[in-house]
Amino acid sequence: MNTLVNYVRSLFLVELFRGMGVTGRYLFRSKFTLEYPEERAPQSPRFRGLHAQRRYPNGEERCIACKLCEATCPALAITIEAAPREDGQRRTTRYDIDLFKCIFCGFCEESCPVDAIVESRIYEYHFENREDAVMTKSKLLELGEKYEEQLAADRAVQAAYR
Amino acid sequence: MSDKKVTIEVDGRKLEAIAGQMLIEVTDAAGIEVPRFCYHKKLSIAANCRMCLVEVEKAPKPLPACATPVMDGMVVKTRSPLAIQAQQGTMEFLLINHPLDCPICDQGGECELQDAAIGYGNDTSRYVEVKRVVKDEDIGPLIETEMTRCIHCTRCVRFGAEIAGIRELGATGRGEHMRIGTYVGTTVTSEMSGNVIDLCPVGALTAKPSRYQARAWELTQANAIAPHDSVGSNVHLHLRRGQVMRAVPADNESINETWISDRDRFAYQGLSAKGRATQPLVRENGVWRPIEWSDALALAAEKLKDAGAEANTLAAPHATLEELFLLRKLMAGLNAPSLDYRLRQADFRANPAVPGYGLSIADIEGLDAALLIGSNPRKDLPIINHRLRKAALNGADVMVLNPIDYEFNYPLHGAMITSPANMLSTLAGVARAVGASADGAIGELIGNAAENDEAARIATQLKAAEKAWVAVGALAEAHPDYALLQAIASAIAEASGAVFGFLPMASNSVGAALAGCVPMDGGLNAMQQLSQPGKTSMLLDIEPAYDCLNPAQAMRTLDETAFVIAISSFASESLKACADLILPMAAFAETSGTFVNGEGTWQRFDGCVRPLGEARPGWKILRVLGTLLEFEGFDYESPAQVHDELRAAIGDRGIDNSLDGPGDAELWRPKGMQRVGDVPIYRIDALTRRATALQQTREPESARACINAALAKRLRVADGGQVKVSQGGSGVVMPVRVSDQVPDDTVWCPAAVRGSETLGPQIGDITLEKA
Repeated sequence: MNTLVNYVRSLFLVELFRGMGVTGRYLFRSKFTLEYPEERAPQSPRFRGLHAQRRYPNGEERCIACKLCEATCPALAITIEAAPREDGQRRTTRYDIDLFKCIFCGFCEESCPVDAIVESRIYEYHFENREDAVMTKSKLLELGEKYEEQLAADRAVQAAYR
Repeated sequence: MSDKKVTIEVDGRKLEAIAGQMLIEVTDAAGIEVPRFCYHKKLSIAANCRMCLVEVEKAPKPLPACATPVMDGMVVKTRSPLAIQAQQGTMEFLLINHPLDCPICDQGGECELQDAAIGYGNDTSRYVEVKRVVKDEDIGPLIETEMTRCIHCTRCVRFGAEIAGIRELGATGRGEHMRIGTYVGTTVTSEMSGNVIDLCPVGALTAKPSRYQARAWELTQANAIAPHDSVGSNVHLHLRRGQVMRAVPADNESINETWISDRDRFAYQGLSAKGRATQPLVRENGVWRPIEWSDALALAAEKLKDAGAEANTLAAPHATLEELFLLRKLMAGLNAPSLDYRLRQADFRANPAVPGYGLSIADIEGLDAALLIGSNPRKDLPIINHRLRKAALNGADVMVLNPIDYEFNYPLHGAMITSPANMLSTLAGVARAVGASADGAIGELIGNAAENDEAARIATQLKAAEKAWVAVGALAEAHPDYALLQAIASAIAEASGAVFGFLPMASNSVGAALAGCVPMDGGLNAMQQLSQPGKTSMLLDIEPAYDCLNPAQAMRTLDETAFVIAISSFASESLKACADLILPMAAFAETSGTFVNGEGTWQRFDGCVRPLGEARPGWKILRVLGTLLEFEGFDYESPAQVHDELRAAIGDRGIDNSLDGPGDAELWRPKGMQRVGDVPIYRIDALTRRATALQQTREPESARACINAALAKRLRVADGGQVKVSQGGSGVVMPVRVSDQVPDDTVWCPAAVRGSETLGPQIGDITLEKA
């Protein structure tokens, strides 16, 4: 009996017409796809993109070289070296994030006691040399300065949940 | 304390204890954890932190485990609701004034307060008021302070009073106004001060040289033996990415207990100092240029072969036993008898077979009397001094015969301070008073000695003591009549029933003697080698300008020597001035080996860091030289093979202080003023000399002349003025210090410091004139 039903169904292409029906329905609905790069998907304030290092409003860098991010990084992407700065403060002399290793989990941001290392909304970047994949301290601080307004606003939104 | 056994119950477990023991000792032994801050097994009980409160049945309130003696049938609960409430309360009080700056605190991750807060504290804080802030003091280049973090456990204060013997840190004020400080803003100068870094349970006292550089979780730990003195303190080296970040003590009750000296703690800085030898260097037409290892070794082998039996060799007494053994084997292969390690010895007329302490380090604290001759134990051997201090506090009579009135951190029961020229007659006076006798010339010296009250008193104390020690120190070694000093000291020991011993300075002096690094038949000793230029000289880890008795002469002789091969971890300017070929050798922590300490204990260690650049372990360099010279038995594959062979060769030979000599008793007759050139604590070896933090301490680092007020008046110079010091033709201008530690006719002018390179022997004639 089953064999007979299957034979009739395949003879009259029932499955095909059902599929074409779905296609037809979506053909006249509003579209999901975006015309990237002219159109962008909305981003959450919790978006985890390219890293940046922030400064305090007075220009002082936030990072205090506590190395918690280095310790928590599951991909071992962060390398920090620290030493006393001229004025005796604890600062990093080297802060590297290897983006080839980084899995963008956001643990570094979560562990940071002073909100220094953050993940920004930036997701469009490319490298032409392997060594460019290492985000150095100066690159991170530069990004932080450039996007400070957005970064600060995002942290403010999240503050209640942290 | 009686040995009566009692049984107590802790958390339901029945434990055996000795009556009168403190509860915390019993729980520690049983592995039951009780939190504590102020209690430390080597310090007195203060019971001021209240963290170890536990519930004891029938006691109305919780009791501190560190100050509660056990009693039979006692029932203790360490985790009962009452105990937990008490511990949480204490923790809350401690955290009231403790800042929340763990992220920038060097102690973070290894902090006892962090651990206790997690284990025994509340999860949330109820405290919202302001915290106090305490101003920091600069207490020197070794210890960083952050006194806001202090929780007033007073471990550092008790350490100063009980272990270091100088009260440098103390508590002022009460309650919230209590402060730990130096009272008057001085620096901490104890030679063991670094131990307060380990003692401090929080981040109030941390290490300055490694400040902010590493986190506890980044470090891996390796075992090592400190190479800077003959104690052989056990240390842990903490490494981060193949670099030594710090050294901390490893417990070894029979050697260093839980302490190490600052020298052992901070000298690691020298490893990353400038001037390390990283590739083989050769001098051609006065210009140094790098050379391939294979060419360098072939050149060295060729030169050694050419020199044959005339080759001279000097080895540093801090080289490993394996290196020294291979060196001796190499020289034996060449039939070259001239080999020595006693670079600072001035007199070779008496040669003890294997000089060492003569008793174990632990036995030193049980002594009843000790006579030290030409020794400054506080600076030379801080751990030995600590043991002597324990003995002295238990009533032992420690007596000294020194050319300088050195500072001791315990009372002396006799001090004979005299110029080097009079040391011998003074010691002979003691020998006469003690009733010592000897054959020939020594006997005559003793018989002719003048007696005095001090000598008689020292003799009486030595004779009265059940366990006594007569030890000849490192400074005596540089005395032109060292052999006679040894002979008389040995006679004193014999007559008074004391143990006779030596206080060798270097980490492997005993090992060098065991390996046979002394002149073979007809060979030249260190002094002879460094006074007559030869064909080829080989130096193992020596800086001639700082490591020899007479640096001026050593530099001159080596300069005139046809070819000097230096196997060294540092390519310093002074070495480059006299060497022709430098073979870079792995330094401390980079090579494995064995040290035999002053009591004769063998201690093996492994290398834990890669040698810098192209440097190679010393045993490998000597092994290849042996192979290139086509000697039998140099085909070792590992240091363990070398060790096994030397272990079999040395057998069970150990310390042997018996003297063979001296043959004659010709006396040194100085003409006028005499120099006392001791080696300052932080100038002892190449590594220590390059440890920047140690060089910033108040210990001498550059040349200076200390004289007493009478001599200063005669020369018409004042403290801080300049004098020209001349020895053997060359003169150096250096500042003057007027000190009443120096006897008449004596100039205390340290050796191995900057500016002393062109001076003569450590103890010898010297002239002074106003500059």
